[in-house]
Formats: sequence, structure tokens, C-alpha cells
Amino acid sequence: MSAPIIEVKNLHKWYSGVHALKGIDLGILQGEALGLVGDNGAGKSTLINLLSGLYQPDGGEIQVDGRPVTIRNPKEAMSLGIETIYQYNSMVPIMSIARNLFIGREPLTFSIGGIGWLNQKKMREDSVKAIADVDLHLRSPDALVGELSGGQRQGVAIARAMHFRSKVMILDEPTNHLSVKETNKVIGFVKGLKAQGVTTIFISHNMHHVFACCDRIVAMALGRIVLDKRLEETSIDEVHEIL
Amino acid sequence: MNRLLKLAMQKPEMAAALLLVLLVVLFQVRSYGIFLSYDNLRGIFGFLPEMGLVAIGVTLLMIAGEFDLSVGSVFALTPMTLAVLMVMGWGFWPATFIGLLVAAVVGFINGWITIKFEIPSFITTLGMMFMARSMTVVVSGGFPPRPDFNQIPTTLFVSYVGPGQMFRSSFVWFVGIALVVHILLARTNFGNWIRATGGFLPAARGMGIPTARVKIACFIICSLLSGFAGIIQVLRLGSPLPSLGIGYELQAVAAAVIGGTSLAGGIGSVIGGIIGAALIRVIDNGMVMSQINSNWFQFAVGGMTIFAVVGNAWLRKRGQAMKVETER
Repeated sequence: MSAPIIEVKNLHKWYSGVHALKGIDLGILQGEALGLVGDNGAGKSTLINLLSGLYQPDGGEIQVDGRPVTIRNPKEAMSLGIETIYQYNSMVPIMSIARNLFIGREPLTFSIGGIGWLNQKKMREDSVKAIADVDLHLRSPDALVGELSGGQRQGVAIARAMHFRSKVMILDEPTNHLSVKETNKVIGFVKGLKAQGVTTIFISHNMHHVFACCDRIVAMALGRIVLDKRLEETSIDEVHEIL
Repeated sequence: MNRLLKLAMQKPEMAAALLLVLLVVLFQVRSYGIFLSYDNLRGIFGFLPEMGLVAIGVTLLMIAGEFDLSVGSVFALTPMTLAVLMVMGWGFWPATFIGLLVAAVVGFINGWITIKFEIPSFITTLGMMFMARSMTVVVSGGFPPRPDFNQIPTTLFVSYVGPGQMFRSSFVWFVGIALVVHILLARTNFGNWIRATGGFLPAARGMGIPTARVKIACFIICSLLSGFAGIIQVLRLGSPLPSLGIGYELQAVAAAVIGGTSLAGGIGSVIGGIIGAALIRVIDNGMVMSQINSNWFQFAVGGMTIFAVVGNAWLRKRGQAMKVETER
């Protein structure tokens, strides 16, 4: 817990005439589990989209490991070690677990100009191992992701990020539409990440979920940060009050 | 065992494959054994590559989540370009190269406009269908050009080859190209990207796949295959008519859909598209051989398209419903 692994300074973003981010300053420490809360339209997703390279900021700076960076696309974010797991859309339901795990980062036996032969054996073996590493036990890497439950899908997405040794994992509403049992499982995954020293940004509407697994709470409203406290210094009531 | 049956039932081309077997048996009986005779099979295999190649391209593109209605026009424009250039004195190979280049450019424009302006490819390629057809008529000057066939290596493309003279060389091309596209789709990272792009675009984009380039590449491949198929047909017939390939765009879609390709993208296979094309050819030929009024041909293709999709959905649901635990 020393220097910030990600730091944003005076970050601005406009969306079709709306000032979605109005000068965000935020430093995220190495190994921290940060809970990002706020209403719809508060700017949480916008902030995440800038960090994951889907959009570019209109002003301000993003630093990773103390160096200013430009994140032009998701691939660059991933190569900086920032992996984002979106609400629904981090997996292709009609593809198998093994294939989903390696989308865009397939192991190849040989290749010409970036296109090459899939190493399917490695894909299956590695995906079985990666999934077991996050304490998820699935019978076959050939099962379609569409057949999995919501919690299992989040688990596979987290396993994927872990497999590629992400330093920062952004979870966008990972507990939405999940049953209580499944939610607990996802919260368990997040705690597991913390234990392995992965920095986590956990975005949720649900205070209870955030308070269950994060050690710092940041609340946003109308494009600004309105609260930034360590877990033990705040309470669910206080956050509700401010929002 | 259950697992295998489940996987088989969920295979998108399953319904069509079963249907194909059924129809072949039916026509064989109804035609008193003529359907599977040497001469008739020769005819079917001689025709199949033309529709089949178009179907392969359309299937690939549909898996990537896009659509091409201009394949029928490209099917005419490519050989027309080739023939006109040859009449102007060009050699066969350079003329072929330019013809295929035209096809590739059409595919690129289809893809680029669709992506750049974020409009449905249905619209882009509908427009291109008319434009390419019009260009075909314009370059032909209204009369079918007559290239000198002595200059054309027909052995390489359409002559009967091999032992027993069963297959035309176009069939060899067809099998080779089908194999290459199948491998591209099933065994390479690029195939993984195609499926992800069509299967769920936001996820593919989020995982850093260059989805625009993947789609444009599929548009180009689809167009190229249609153009090549057109060349084969013209070399078989002898002269390119401006009306070549009219209706092929929808037959190719029918073939892809019969073979289990999903209109929504992501789901489908090369073998499915081929089975679909084969089914259409089998119906066409089988009806004649069984002395059924062949005006029912379109009815049969249409009915089968609906039947195959319904059957597929049913098989897939039954497959999914089969209980196989995912968790250990």
C-alpha cells in the first residue's frame, strides 16, 4: 500500500452535450479494494470507460504506476494490466468457456502476421486451471458460457483476468440480477482478489455488497466525487445521506 | 454419452444434415434409382460449387453478424469484367485478377460503409446489389461478350477431372476453399474473433478485438467467393449474361439459414452452409428426377428454410434441456 497504481487528475468527459465527468481527482492504491457507488448517471461508468480505453477523456490526465498514459483502446488498457469486467457483456454466450477465456489473446502454435493456428489443447487445459484457481469448479471447458449462471459467468470473467495477471480489475455491477447465494460467491471472488494483491474497483448500486468486500468507499454524484473515505471511517447510512 | 448427444443436438447444422439424408433417400426411391446414378450425381456435383461457394461466403459473413445481398450481382459483375477485358485483348490471368479485385473492392465498400456510417448491412448491400448489377449491364454494353475460349485453361476450372470423370475441377476448388474457410473459422484466432464479433459485439470490442477490421475482412471474403463462383459458372456456360446470379443472394441466405446459421450472428458453420446449398440443389434436381412439377421448386426451398429453422430451434432446445451438470 504505497504509491497509487492508478491516478487520475482533473478528468473531464462530455457525452453528447452532457458534462458527465466534471474534474475527477482520484488515486487508487496498490492492492486496494475500492468500492465505487452512486446513482445512475453519476459518472461511474464514464470513469470506468475512460480507464478501460473505450473512450478518451476530453481533459485531464490518467497515470498508471506514476507515468501519464493515453489509453486508446481496450487492448492498450489490458496491456497496462487494467482489465474490466462489464455487467453483462464480458462474455460471448454462444461460445465455450475455453474460447471465451482467450478471446483476443489466443495461444497460437504458429502464426503469420498475427493470424494463426489455435492451440486448443493449451486453451482447454489453461482454462480448467484458471477456473479452479478462483475456486470455481466447472465440469467442462467446452460448455457454452450461455449455459452458466450469472455468478458462474462473473467467476469465469474474473478467472480470465487473473489468468492474464491483471494488476487492476474493474468490476462493473458484478452483482446485478444475481441471487443472494450467487452474490455471496462474487463477493467471495473479490475478497480472493484482494488476498492475491490485485487492485480492485468494484462498482455497484448496492451498498451492502460494496461494504462487504471493499476497504475504501468512493461515492459519485452528478459527475463529481462527493465522498472518499476508508471503510472504517464511514457507514452505509452516511453514504446514503450524501447521495 | 448424454453429453455427446447433447452436443450433437445443439450442433447448428444437425437438422439440415438429417433432412438431406431423408430427401436423398426419398428422391432415390421416387425416381426409381436414377437420383443416385452416376450421370445424375455428376450433374449435381457439377452445379453445386457455384451455389456452394456463394453460400460459404454468406455463411461466414452472417456468423460475423452481417449480411450481404449483393452477392448475386457480384456473381455477375466479376466474370463480366473478366470477359470484357479478355475481349479487349487482356490475357486470362490478368483479367481474372482484375475481376476478383473488383469483387474485393465491392466487399470492402460494403463493409466500410456499413461500419463507418453505422447502418444495417442489409441496406448497404441492397444498394450495392442494384449498383453492381447496373455496372454489369453497363460494362457489357448490352451484349454478352464472347471471350476466346482457347485462351482459357478450362481444365483448371470446369473440365471433368480425375478417375471416373465424376467431378469437375470446380468441385476440387470448392472442396479446397470450403476446407480453408472451415479451418479459418474453427481453428484460428481469426475465426475466434469472427464468432465473438458476431456472437456478442460489446464483449468482442471490450476484449480488444478489432471488430471493424474483422467484419470488413468477412465482407471481402464473401464478395471474393461470390465473384469466383460467378467465374466458374461463366466458364461452364461459355458466355456471361448480365442476368447471371439473379436470386442467388436470397438462395445463399436460405442455404446458410437452412444449414443452421443464425441471422443474429455468432452461430453457424461452413459445413452447415454447404449442406444448405446441397439441399437446395438436391431438391431442384430430385424434383425433376421424380417427375414432380418443378414449379414447386421455390415452394420447396421456402418451406424447407422455415422447417429447418424451426427444427433447429427445437433440437437446440431439447439439447439444452438435457440435464448435464455444469458444476462439479
